Amino acid sequence: MIEWFTWVQLAVAVAAGVLCLVLGLAGRVPSDLTIGALALVEVLLVVQLVVAILAPAFGNEPTGSLLEFYTYLVSALLLPPAAAFWALLERNRWSTVVLGVAALAVGVMVYRMLQIWTVQSA
Amino acid sequence: MSKLQNPPEEVRPSTRMSGVGRVLVTVYGVLALAATGRSFVQIVSKFDEAPLAYALSALAAVVYIVATIALVRPGVVWYRVAWATIVFEFMGVIVVGALSVMMPDLFPHDTVWSGFGRGYLYIPLVLPVLGMWWLATHRPAAPGSSSARPAAGPAGEGAA
Repeated sequence: MIEWFTWVQLAVAVAAGVLCLVLGLAGRVPSDLTIGALALVEVLLVVQLVVAILAPAFGNEPTGSLLEFYTYLVSALLLPPAAAFWALLERNRWSTVVLGVAALAVGVMVYRMLQIWTVQSA
Repeated sequence: MSKLQNPPEEVRPSTRMSGVGRVLVTVYGVLALAATGRSFVQIVSKFDEAPLAYALSALAAVVYIVATIALVRPGVVWYRVAWATIVFEFMGVIVVGALSVMMPDLFPHDTVWSGFGRGYLYIPLVLPVLGMWWLATHRPAAPGSSSARPAAGPAGEGAA
């Protein structure tokens, strides 16, 4: 795991979450901006997956449980597409809020992943 | 799943499931995913350490999944299933939460409900309350989602 990248990813997920929540509560339907923000969160998760697969080969080993790490990562990867699908079945302000909830949940999961990799049993 | 050209009655979208209800279901879905993930890790890697706590975790995960589905599905039966699962998880978070605080020895390993859902930002404590409020204010419009209409259905419905 590349720590600074994970912090950036965490910041993006939280920012996307807050953005979607605010716009949703302000009554906006999902737009290119909010869907795009969630798509960015997803792309960063895919990058994180690639990094996680490659890292141990470069001597970057997790301190904690790899199984737990990947459970979080796979769950997080599922969230944005599922939330986008669920939100767009009915496009209204709450769809945007749903996107925000998903992005914030990804943020929490990324933070847990960071802990598992760096401090869980260090 | 499959979109029919002339959807029969029972395929109509649930009246329960629109607007802010979608947000509620999203949070339920996330919690179901989190509980399932945690329970999966616990059972695969260290079930022997605390079979009771981890079996409870798995049960909680299943209940969250059923509750999520029940909130989405239309009809009186799913409405009752939603009530049952949400009341169950509310009892779970209160009882296990209280026990884990008063008798920590009993729950040395975390479950979703330990410390009243502390590990999950207290969402497991708040969510059932919101769920029950949602169910109470969104009774199924017509008793029975299809032609199988229970005879005693409408009695309570109209009063609300």
